[in-house]
Amino acid sequence: MNILVFVKRVPDTESKIRIHHETNTVIEEGLNFIISSNDEYAVEEALRLREAKGGQVTVISVGAEESTTILRKCLAMGADEAVRIKDDLKETYDGLRIAKMITRAVEKKFPHFDLLLFGKQSVGADNAQVPSMVAEMLGLPQANVVTKLEINGTQGTALREIEGAEEKVIFSLPAVVSAQKGLNEPRYETLKGIMAAKKKIIPVMTLEELGLRREDVAPQVDITKMEMPPARQAGKIIPGPPEEAAKKLAELLRHEAKVI
Amino acid sequence: MFLVFIETREGKVKKSSLEALSETKRRAGELGSDVGAALVGTGLECLNPEIFSSGASQIFLLENEQLASYSSQGYATALHELVKEVNPKAIFFAATAMGRDLAPRLAAKLGVALASDCTKVAVKDGKLEFTRPVYAGKAFLTLTLKSMPQIATLRPNVFPLVEPQNAAGEVRKKEVTIPPGAIKGQVAELLKEKGEEIDVTEADIIVSGGRGMKGPENFALLKELSALIPRSAVGASRSAVDSGWIGHQHQVGQTGKTVSPNLYMAFGISGAIQHLAGMSSSKHIVAVNKDPEAPIFKVADYGIVGDLFQVIPALKAELKKLFE
Repeated sequence: MNILVFVKRVPDTESKIRIHHETNTVIEEGLNFIISSNDEYAVEEALRLREAKGGQVTVISVGAEESTTILRKCLAMGADEAVRIKDDLKETYDGLRIAKMITRAVEKKFPHFDLLLFGKQSVGADNAQVPSMVAEMLGLPQANVVTKLEINGTQGTALREIEGAEEKVIFSLPAVVSAQKGLNEPRYETLKGIMAAKKKIIPVMTLEELGLRREDVAPQVDITKMEMPPARQAGKIIPGPPEEAAKKLAELLRHEAKVI
Repeated sequence: MFLVFIETREGKVKKSSLEALSETKRRAGELGSDVGAALVGTGLECLNPEIFSSGASQIFLLENEQLASYSSQGYATALHELVKEVNPKAIFFAATAMGRDLAPRLAAKLGVALASDCTKVAVKDGKLEFTRPVYAGKAFLTLTLKSMPQIATLRPNVFPLVEPQNAAGEVRKKEVTIPPGAIKGQVAELLKEKGEEIDVTEADIIVSGGRGMKGPENFALLKELSALIPRSAVGASRSAVDSGWIGHQHQVGQTGKTVSPNLYMAFGISGAIQHLAGMSSSKHIVAVNKDPEAPIFKVADYGIVGDLFQVIPALKAELKKLFE
């Protein structure tokens, strides 16, 4: 199987987000960046499929030079090749322009593939747009937010998480699948893998090479404001032994908050 | 016209779609537009009264036998045909599993950008302005879309329903053409866990457990508590899920689900940054924790410093009395 996996560099979920109010951007100073956790499930699934069926796993990231770090991590996990699509814009929160770049890269450089794997959404922009958009642009079926994936010949079966239930989706290959927690347990990099990944050359594709002009991928999302959520005030601590406190809590929820 | 996609599951309209319709009605009204509601599938007529009473002036029933079960390609094809015909200014979806799967597909067909998972929609200088959480709610963006039509998905449990009106309107049935081979993937089956009907993203009340629950067996306490409270669901912190105490679909936080219920009750959850990000837009928060210094108390409206294994049974007894 020829599998392409798309990964993104995002702020660590344990980090606090601070905002640069003049530019409406996240202050990157002091922020730790990691591979989006959902993307790790996608990489792991690709490696498992390759181990079971043979083939090749290529990992691709859209971004600036810094994205190389997460690509090396994927190589160290066991991916065969890594490629970066050069995009010098910071986070634009616009999935369409990223989908256009990915679509063009796939058409031009990787036309022979069986499966495109993504994380269900980047843990950051939280858009969940790119997988479906790429699927549409390439005329492929999609299964998003997947917790189980089986490939049999040219047919795929996936369990996809929906509200309070799961959908079984059956699709033909090639296809787009996006991964959700529960799909697998991502492996750690091995020391040998880390050493090999260091030496690997990571080719860079520019917009020009993809035949895209800057205006073709100009952001269509105009950010007018970025702000912190309204601060919450610490409320009442209800004193007393458990029975009393529980009674008081039930009263407050019914008569003051009016929520039960 | 503003168009809103109405999602149906097992022959019923989803509440989050009615919320999206209500918000569409309010914003369309400000811009002097009317509201069309689009339903996709088969045998949809019986749902009309509910949709008219929630604000639609026109209903489009997009029917084809091949659309009997959900497929992003089939549904997007149907909606695209309608969009070409009625040329709406804006298209809204509820940000449900289906809405989040389908809206980007339609946006790509139209070649336009999309505002995902919005928590606020406003009209400013005659243009739509969207507010949406990023980094699971650690920050909020206000944005406008340069492309037309405007497309957005609206987060469930955020937008109030309009007062039901005694209204009727035009129903148009449209047989959709699906070119052969256009649907390459489709839902074959719906698998349900017994007794777990309400997802944390849709629940009015969430009772959530963390490391302080001490083990999988104790989540039964939360399930019992939830069983007493209508429209509630059981949530969990990342550490509880990673320890294998409860399924990942219950996980609240930046690496799980972002929720905004009426009431969020956190039992034995200390309040890691990534957890707080996912739940601090809840309307009311209760925290029960042994550690008075736990960060969760900084966001809680009501806190009890104590042993949850004593508090939960006492609370169950109190709620039983209340609901009797």
